[in-house]
Amino acid sequence: MGTQSRFQHLLAVPALVAKRTVQAGAALLIGTSIALAAGGGEPTVCTPKDVPHNDRHWGFQGVFGHYDKKAAFRGFEVFRGTCAACHSLKYFTFRNLADLDVPEDAIKGIAAEYEVMAEPNDDGEVLPRTAIPSDYFPSPFANEKAAASVNGGAVPPDLSLMVKARASFENHVPNILDGYMDAPEGCEVPEGKYYNAHYPGYIISMAPPLADDAIEYKDGTKATKEQMIKDVSEFLAYVAEPKLEERKSMGFKIVIFLLILTVLLYLTKKQVWRKLH
Amino acid sequence: MPDTAHETNDSHGDVDEGRRDFLYMATGAMGAVGAAAAVWPFIDSMNPAADTLALSSIEVSLAPIEEGQSVTFKWRGKPVFVRRRTAAEIAEARAVPMDDLIDPEADDERVKDGKDEWLVLVGVCTHLGCIPLGQKAGDAKGEYGGWFCPCHGSHYDTSGRIRKGPAPLNLPVPPYEFLSDTQIKIG
Amino acid sequence: MSNPEFSNPIVKWVDYRLPIFSMMHHELHEYPTPKNLNYWWNFGSLAGIVLGIMIVSGIVLAMNYTAHIDYAFDSVERIMRDVNFGWLIRYIHMNGASFFFIVVYIHMFRGLYYGSYKAPREILWILGVVIMLLMMATAFMGYVLPWGQMSFWGATVITNLFSALPIIGEYIVTWLWGGFGVDNPTLNRFFSLHYLLPFAIAGVVILHLAALHQHGSNNPLGIDIKKKGDTIPFHPYYTIKDLFGLGVFLTIFVAVIAYAPNYMGHPDNYIPANPLVTPSHIVPEWYFLPFYAILRAVPDKLFGVLAMFAAIAVLFVLPWLDRSPIRSAKFRPVYFIFFWVFLADCILLGYCGAMPAEPPWVLISQLATAYYFAHFLVILPILGLYERPVDLPLSISGGSPDDDAPAAQAAE
Repeated sequence: MGTQSRFQHLLAVPALVAKRTVQAGAALLIGTSIALAAGGGEPTVCTPKDVPHNDRHWGFQGVFGHYDKKAAFRGFEVFRGTCAACHSLKYFTFRNLADLDVPEDAIKGIAAEYEVMAEPNDDGEVLPRTAIPSDYFPSPFANEKAAASVNGGAVPPDLSLMVKARASFENHVPNILDGYMDAPEGCEVPEGKYYNAHYPGYIISMAPPLADDAIEYKDGTKATKEQMIKDVSEFLAYVAEPKLEERKSMGFKIVIFLLILTVLLYLTKKQVWRKLH
Repeated sequence: MPDTAHETNDSHGDVDEGRRDFLYMATGAMGAVGAAAAVWPFIDSMNPAADTLALSSIEVSLAPIEEGQSVTFKWRGKPVFVRRRTAAEIAEARAVPMDDLIDPEADDERVKDGKDEWLVLVGVCTHLGCIPLGQKAGDAKGEYGGWFCPCHGSHYDTSGRIRKGPAPLNLPVPPYEFLSDTQIKIG
Repeated sequence: MSNPEFSNPIVKWVDYRLPIFSMMHHELHEYPTPKNLNYWWNFGSLAGIVLGIMIVSGIVLAMNYTAHIDYAFDSVERIMRDVNFGWLIRYIHMNGASFFFIVVYIHMFRGLYYGSYKAPREILWILGVVIMLLMMATAFMGYVLPWGQMSFWGATVITNLFSALPIIGEYIVTWLWGGFGVDNPTLNRFFSLHYLLPFAIAGVVILHLAALHQHGSNNPLGIDIKKKGDTIPFHPYYTIKDLFGLGVFLTIFVAVIAYAPNYMGHPDNYIPANPLVTPSHIVPEWYFLPFYAILRAVPDKLFGVLAMFAAIAVLFVLPWLDRSPIRSAKFRPVYFIFFWVFLADCILLGYCGAMPAEPPWVLISQLATAYYFAHFLVILPILGLYERPVDLPLSISGGSPDDDAPAAQAAE
């Protein structure tokens, strides 16, 4: 089934681009077809019989795509309330919250809830200080070794680029968050691990992180599990590609400009060449 | 040179000529605008980036600074001297006649109203960019009790004004404001 | 070369001492170009423009890039997030590499179809292959710089190719790395060379142009210029045609940057390099896939590497493998078919390169690889002997090669 759809994909596009399409198609396949992602493509006892498939639509897709800033900010609340206990978000700074329409004072207030390490003081000691908007979101662990030792050997990955670093892109985060289920019969889940239908190999070290009312939203939205999945996915999509809106709106204008210019160039070309005939 | 195409025996006549010129001009103008606009992102990328700008102002607590003490902060990659001056130092700075100054500027113009004891300076010698001494207790403070630049021997007084040596200007006062009695924002 | 009279006194003064204006006049304005070039002839100048775009965007990126394994990934993310228009410049550079190869591959297949490599343009073609080789080296080293997982493992796999050489292989690989694996010294030298090589490419491009202008462009009919009426000045006819082509190209280029900037990249390269974990499915960038398939098609390590290099090396001797005196495939009915089969074979190889090395792809790659070499080493020489070409037209502008006057009039 997968091979066929790949071929259809191949035929639909010009030849040279097609080569790469195949590669992207294969990657897409890995994202959507769980069997391949498990490695080798052979179904195992752990292959889920009925994969919960999330066909989500995001406002940031499409030509005029933009982020739902309110949802993304709620996603930030989910992130710091739950994910941040184990996951870092290295490339996110508090000042970036301005992109989500958070006013400057509120950003200062949020930053002030955190502490980061200051420069060494006059006595050479490195002490914590209150964070300011230009600080990066603090990581939960000092280094990878510390993260691994606390988490049974598994290092929780940084989430800044998670949405761009997986073949299923914006659907990766909600799929994982939604993929927890009982293991199929015969599939053994080791102690301290969990079964996740969307995780490559299906055995994941992360405990199901979200439950209804795990946090309380400031804007009063009811914190159902589904709501939190949607919000945190929106937030992480934003963190992975913060310039998406600028890119799309600017790109649209430039494409229109170039189309007009190209038509003019074509007419000019015709005019110039007319002298020859 | 081959001339087949250039000697335009324009059989299409004058009717087309105006339209043709307009077309050429419109295309040329649009192409020029596009090319000029395309240059801007590359130029702007060399301006300070967002993370750099985010650090362009710092907030400094004055609470731990005692009278007579100087503290150095890093602001925009340069040292900022904050000195809590003694009454004697203020009096000394105010007593200097303007005529004695290389770069005449009154002391009260260099501090905030009612905050005479707090002197905030960019600690970069106006001669050739060295960092003057005078911040630490054991430092040479120069002949005028302020700062002394060891590179070429510029002496600054207790208002940070140049008094002797090759430097042409006083130590500059950075833009800053008091957020509270013990908190200032520089930049 | 006729010496044009310049009216501007400054131009005149300069030109008398340094004849750049005469040269421009000669190479652009007087330069006689076949009047029948089609749009496939746009891709040469387009490639030159893309090289310019890559050099300019690359120089600006280098201003914010840090070539150190601890900071490279972070510095690229800082470009994407904090540097003014950094995201745009980085996406231009990243996608520009792919578009460069698209343009150059089309340019090369154009040359194959119309026999542009044949006498007296053999050196022109060879210089083009040299440019392609330099582009491949540059692109490969550039892909290492963001220091993501694919950067690291791509570098590891490709540098390990040299370990296939007997005896000296290990030493060469260690020398390439400057250590015992791909590490900071490797990243530093790759950055240095990635910055240098585009200027080497620009140098070879100048030679490529010099060789081109010696005998002028080939043309869709593949016949020589016989008379004045066959040609038109490059400027304004082909400058405006090239500009129109550039407009089309830029529109597509910008649309991809705006709406699918990561389409031709790989998600794994947004994971920082980790020398202890290999991604489950390593694939090179799409433009290397056909060669990668040839490498994997041969089960022996040394011969796999040799086959891959031979696939490029065979292009150097192409002018002497194709013995047919007819250039354009238009007049070679059998070559015409084999050209399209060869193109399909290259695409098939690319497809195989993206697939995992398991049945049936291994066998398919082997057949496609065999065909690739057979095309050059068997089919082309035989065609040169036995193919019966269709009658060629007498001249580009029609009519007999000698009746210059009427043809020139017809052009007016």
